[in-house]
Amino acid sequence: MKGMTLIVKKTTQLIAGMIFMYGIYVIVHGHLTPGGGFAGGVIIAGSLILITLSNGGDFLKLIKEEAGTTIVESLATILVIAIAVSGFLFGTKIFFNNFLPKGIVGHLVSAGVLPLYNIFVGTEVAASIFIIFLSLIIFKEESKE
Amino acid sequence: MNPLIPLLVVIPLAAAFLIMIIGRFIEEFNKYFASLVLLVLTCISFYFLFTTGEKISVYKVGGWEPINTIPIGIYMVMDGFSVIVVCIINLIGFLSVFYSISYINRYTAGNYFYSLFCLLIGGMNGVVLSGDLFNIFVFLEISVISSYALVAFGVESNELEASFKYQILGGIASFLILFGIGFIYWRAKTLNIADIKAAFGTGSDKTTYLFIQILILSGFGLKAAIIPFHAWLPDAHSSAPSPISAMLSGVFIKAVGIYVIIRLFFNMFVISEAMAVLITTLGTLSMVIGVFLAIGQWDIKRLLAYHSISQMGYVVMSVGIGMILLSRGAKPEIASLAIAGGLFHLVNHAAFKGLLFLNAGAIEYTLATRNMKEMGGLAKSMPVTSATSFIASMSISGIPPFNGFFSKLIIIIAAVLGKFYLLAVLAVIVSIITLASFLKFQRYAFYNKSDNNRNQAIKEVPFPMVFSMVVLSIICVLLSLLVFPEIRDAILAPAIDILTDPVKYSTSILVK
Amino acid sequence: MTAYVMCFILFLVGLYGAITRRNLVKIAVSLSIMEISTFLFFALIGYIEGGVAPIVDPSDPAKIYVDPLPQALVLTAIVIGLATTAMLMAVIIRLYRKYGTFDIREIKNLRG
Repeated sequence: MKGMTLIVKKTTQLIAGMIFMYGIYVIVHGHLTPGGGFAGGVIIAGSLILITLSNGGDFLKLIKEEAGTTIVESLATILVIAIAVSGFLFGTKIFFNNFLPKGIVGHLVSAGVLPLYNIFVGTEVAASIFIIFLSLIIFKEESKE
Repeated sequence: MNPLIPLLVVIPLAAAFLIMIIGRFIEEFNKYFASLVLLVLTCISFYFLFTTGEKISVYKVGGWEPINTIPIGIYMVMDGFSVIVVCIINLIGFLSVFYSISYINRYTAGNYFYSLFCLLIGGMNGVVLSGDLFNIFVFLEISVISSYALVAFGVESNELEASFKYQILGGIASFLILFGIGFIYWRAKTLNIADIKAAFGTGSDKTTYLFIQILILSGFGLKAAIIPFHAWLPDAHSSAPSPISAMLSGVFIKAVGIYVIIRLFFNMFVISEAMAVLITTLGTLSMVIGVFLAIGQWDIKRLLAYHSISQMGYVVMSVGIGMILLSRGAKPEIASLAIAGGLFHLVNHAAFKGLLFLNAGAIEYTLATRNMKEMGGLAKSMPVTSATSFIASMSISGIPPFNGFFSKLIIIIAAVLGKFYLLAVLAVIVSIITLASFLKFQRYAFYNKSDNNRNQAIKEVPFPMVFSMVVLSIICVLLSLLVFPEIRDAILAPAIDILTDPVKYSTSILVK
Repeated sequence: MTAYVMCFILFLVGLYGAITRRNLVKIAVSLSIMEISTFLFFALIGYIEGGVAPIVDPSDPAKIYVDPLPQALVLTAIVIGLATTAMLMAVIIRLYRKYGTFDIREIKNLRG
């Protein structure tokens, strides 16, 4: 698909980085402020979609991007399930247990396993929404030829 | 706290995403890996079938123990009723996946098929095993969205239109259920099924209670395809690929429709006579209208889909008779007989309807047509398909000594003993019309003389399809042994005991 | 009390749109309106008189917080609604390629 003019490209290159950092902030502070995995993941996906829309790309490049993103998404989901099952092996033998040490209330490194869950769920949600966008564009490109 | 209970949900979910990664690099990996995963699940569910018996196993996810005897965690419950449905889901799932090893060669995206199939099985296991109301909703949505994608799998115009109709009606049903859950949380301030029964107590505030019951019955009735909510079923079940039709019609409308209605109405709500009469009326209407709509069909899979509506009407009518007798406070023996007939017919219908859809798939695989007027004379060229189809047709019509006869007999005897003579007469008439419809199917598909000269090129279908059909027909014959008292007491009696006893479910869970 | 009645009226508006509109995309948008009314209803249920947002403030142990459980339920349900809408849009795009029209009265291959 065609890209956009030079002004749009330069502006989005400046802004997309800041949106990405804001998304990471929302994910990592998920146990202290509202937000967490889902909301932060959608923000990161927004910045990726912005860059793809303004730069365009031909058909083969889009298909390679989609293959790579599918692998990232499946890997993140398997890691979430692996953390949930690892409550069986370490600590007590209960599924989904919170077995790392919980620190002081209000600090960044605290609350056991929860920040790890937030990071992997955020990665997976961002990859999923980016794949939905890429599939619809690939379908349109494919039927134009 | 048995650690095998959450494994029934975790293994299919992990397998679905593993297939997506590894299936890109190795070609034949996904078919055999999916069959292996489902074989492991079947073994676990049969282990539970032989060891559960009378006790109720509770698994508290995350290890959150009750505080001041108020449950604060999410519970997963395995008792006598859910172990029967879990066995049906995993066994018929394994046979469908094995059947599709050779059937999937008609489509090109086999990777996505097995991944979606594992998500469907994982979602259904989660619905059956959950003891918490919102957990049922989340797993219901996982399995329902997978089934939307699977119905539209081969993207031709018929299948896309069927999937669109299915999605709109399914979406309305999901939001009705969510509204009902909101009302229940507002009144009872808790989401645990056993705790809600203790909080509702003696039926406070009659209008809100009736409104909640009607919302829940409408939402889950749309998923179970009872009249008047049946409009999506013939299109969706006839356009899907054949192993998916067998899963949808044989397992899905039972596990997310009828199972949840029976569980919520017996173990969560206080039974009132008005709702019981309404449920029995809906069941009888489904039974009669379904079979009258099925007579004039010439497409094989639409014929089988309409008969699904009729047989589900048998189950709902029988359970409704049990509810009416319990709410009047009569002796519980006749109510237990009615509910036993309903559950036995549920298990039988999964077996023979799955076999019938697999047969229709085999005919479609060799002849590439679904119209009964274009077939004929297949009995000599496809012997295994013809023999298994004969066994399944005799089962669904209620001919002894196959399993359909015994379950329909128990339902009719229970209706006569409870003095519902009109319902018994209707059940017999519908059974005779079902026999007529299936004799037409047998004659046109297998025993007619075909007028085209193409019988030379037709041979039997490949080995995985033959294996699944033969195993299902053996199960059809073996299930008729369930009518003997010793085997019935081991398998069906714990389920009926949990449903008819008003306090056993809630007190067993809350005390642990 | 009027807030609850407004939620129910919004649900009925969405249901009316899903039943009577002819364009495929308008049916999908009506389904989204129905789900949003359910989320509003859930968020209204958890209100307690005089409560603040449920983030624990360690310096003041006697504050009253609103009920945080319906907020967690709504967060899950929003993600489920997103998946349903995405699936519906993909099927609508493919239907347009096959039939060439968005009108639901033209799409009636399966009958009887």
